[in-house]
Amino acid sequence: MDHRLQSIFAKYRGSRDEIIPLLQAVQEEYGFIPEDSMLEIARFTRVPESKIWGAATFYAQFRFTPMGENRVMVCRGTACHVKGASMILEEIERELGIKEGETTADGRYSLETVACIGCCSLAPCIMVNKKVEANMTPKKVAKIFKKGGTDDTQ
Amino acid sequence: MIRSEQDFKNLYLQATEEWRRIEASMDPVVTVGTATCGRSAGSLEVLEALQESFRTKGVNGSIIEVGCIGLCYNEPLVTVLKSPKPAVFYGKITPKKANELVEKHVLGDTPVAEYALGSLGEEKIKGIPKLFDTSTLKPQVRRILRKCGIIDPTNILHSIAHEGYSGLMRAVQMDPQAIIQELKSSGLRGRGGAGFPTAMKWEFAVGQKSEKKFIICNADEGDPGAFMNRSVLESDPHSVLEGMSIAGYTIGAEEGYIYCRAEYPLALERLRISLGQAEEMGFIGDGILGTDFNFHIKIKEGAGAFVCGEETALIASIEGKRGMPTTRPPYPAISGLWGMPTIINNVETLASVSLIFQNSADWFSRCGTERSKGTKTFSLAGKVRNTGLIEVPLGITLREIIFEIGGGIPHDKQFKAVQTGGPSGGCIPKELLDTPVDYDSLKAAGSIMGSGGLVVMDEDTCMVDVARYFLDFTRKESCGECVPCRLGTKQMLDILNDITAGKGTPEDIDLLTELAEGVKLGSLCGLGQTAPNPVLTTIRYFRDEYEAHVNQKICPSRVCKALIHYRIIPEKCIGCQACFKICPVGAISGEPKKVHTIHQDVCIRCGLCYSTCPVKGNAIEILPGRPSKVEVKENG
Repeated sequence: MDHRLQSIFAKYRGSRDEIIPLLQAVQEEYGFIPEDSMLEIARFTRVPESKIWGAATFYAQFRFTPMGENRVMVCRGTACHVKGASMILEEIERELGIKEGETTADGRYSLETVACIGCCSLAPCIMVNKKVEANMTPKKVAKIFKKGGTDDTQ
Repeated sequence: MIRSEQDFKNLYLQATEEWRRIEASMDPVVTVGTATCGRSAGSLEVLEALQESFRTKGVNGSIIEVGCIGLCYNEPLVTVLKSPKPAVFYGKITPKKANELVEKHVLGDTPVAEYALGSLGEEKIKGIPKLFDTSTLKPQVRRILRKCGIIDPTNILHSIAHEGYSGLMRAVQMDPQAIIQELKSSGLRGRGGAGFPTAMKWEFAVGQKSEKKFIICNADEGDPGAFMNRSVLESDPHSVLEGMSIAGYTIGAEEGYIYCRAEYPLALERLRISLGQAEEMGFIGDGILGTDFNFHIKIKEGAGAFVCGEETALIASIEGKRGMPTTRPPYPAISGLWGMPTIINNVETLASVSLIFQNSADWFSRCGTERSKGTKTFSLAGKVRNTGLIEVPLGITLREIIFEIGGGIPHDKQFKAVQTGGPSGGCIPKELLDTPVDYDSLKAAGSIMGSGGLVVMDEDTCMVDVARYFLDFTRKESCGECVPCRLGTKQMLDILNDITAGKGTPEDIDLLTELAEGVKLGSLCGLGQTAPNPVLTTIRYFRDEYEAHVNQKICPSRVCKALIHYRIIPEKCIGCQACFKICPVGAISGEPKKVHTIHQDVCIRCGLCYSTCPVKGNAIEILPGRPSKVEVKENG
């Protein structure tokens, strides 16, 4: 087992209620869930590997392929929807040349949609890494992604 | 460590002293709202500007970060307090305006009326209204939210100075049966959506003999369009921890979980800080407040599954399984987490419990209607002027919420409907605007109270598209366990996709109704049982829109792309070429300074031209229905 995994496991006891926290910690460390890590989590928590796969594939949060440097999340909440979120998504897709769920060829951006960011009063909004961009317009999309100023992770 | 009532009294004195020092400070105090909504509007930049300005100008004073007061449409919010003058709330502050505030108000003693929203306190400042007299705040009754945006959520003393944990202090001196009695007479019903009486739920668990029991706080606020719980967790997290501790003491649970969605990083951060403080003080931990009651809380991050807001699915998720619901009974209060008696309460329910014990059941039930007591928080969003977080007495009408507190519909548009209860709720039309907001009246209108999302829709919102939107959501979020929900939502979505794509038939509407009734009756959990509500209410109240889509093939609200077209108004076009340049498919032609044309057979109706046109009043119009053959030929 690689040492990164070992140092994650060192913080847990291996109980069953830690399965999802473990998957989250692995994803935080690697950016996605490598296949062999699931076998290790299974051994650590003494649960069949199939159950770990079952849990990991159920939740929207978990990814099994690496992600781009910048994570772009388009809110598909109700308030965003009635204020034109689908237009924003389309515009980002055009600007980056990828579809929802994909990563750009240069690995700079990954694009996904999320249920609701909870900034409904400033709809429509998107989240780039951990920063929320509020009151989006198609024009603002071009501005954000042209300047490429999305490396500020906070 | 607080070990006795006397210790607590001393701590309370210390806390009020600290709070008074801020309120009566000789030096100016400036607060900035840095909850998620404030941050997305740029409040961290404002905070930086203020700090920088204090440094360079050598201001002696303090800058405090607070949560969200709920006036989200005015973010970023800044308050300037120069005792003994009343504090002034400022809205839409930019770093530049922040500098101006420091110069004029903090140093110069002159409030800037131009940016002011209102003042707090008794005394009146000329040219500035009292904040709580403004139409947005006057109809509100702020209990859950009374500390939000006022105190520093990361300072436990601020919470204690506002009666925080005094409810727990009182509860641990009571007998569990007496606590249940008090809860019963308060009339509190679950704030997560279904409105089950909280006292009854707790009573089931009290009666259970078991080696372990659990309390779970459901902070998996998944309804799109709802953010009340996020704001409370970010702005006043201690009120929730206190409620959990009271619940633990009452049913005899020693362990608690807070299940909060991972999409709320700031709420999680503030919960972790608060939990650490509460443990340090002895409100959570072993031998709480000198009794033999032990209670520990773990924070669990959700992993992005809407269905986990359903209590049995949430339990499965904590147990490390796929978040799929199980049949009830047995109810979690009898057999929940790891098969032990478990109480699951929503964030706001637990915060209400704290309030009831800080005050009294009688005080709590003074607000509300016969069967729905107390106040309720709502997040007001969509096509309404004053978007934000509000708290109102139950029984207030939708009209008061939308037109008084919300300030009505922007851009002189007509109100069409208000959506309550998220994907489980329905759309309530104009004719029912005087419906009182309580559990039973909303249910009678075909919707539900839900957790508190209110999304306002105007004449430009297509109700068929709204129904399609919610079905798309529930179809994606259906866990797949039971057939009616898994296949039913898919079939309903297919029909709605057809209708919005202009491929619907008149029979589709009845077929949709029939399917919806089936899914409602046959589904295993709340997700499937309520998923048809958006479809059923839109058909019930807006059947004419469905009929326009299937019969005339037009989208009257001009939303469904397959059933609209764009046109340049020749009289208004100035030939600036802005639309020509931005069109991604080259569907617009025209020379500089001459009227442009949209080629209908090339146009993909992305709307970029419409949002780019610089002409006042827009030189491009959206028309319902597809263009006539003549139009296509002329411009094609």
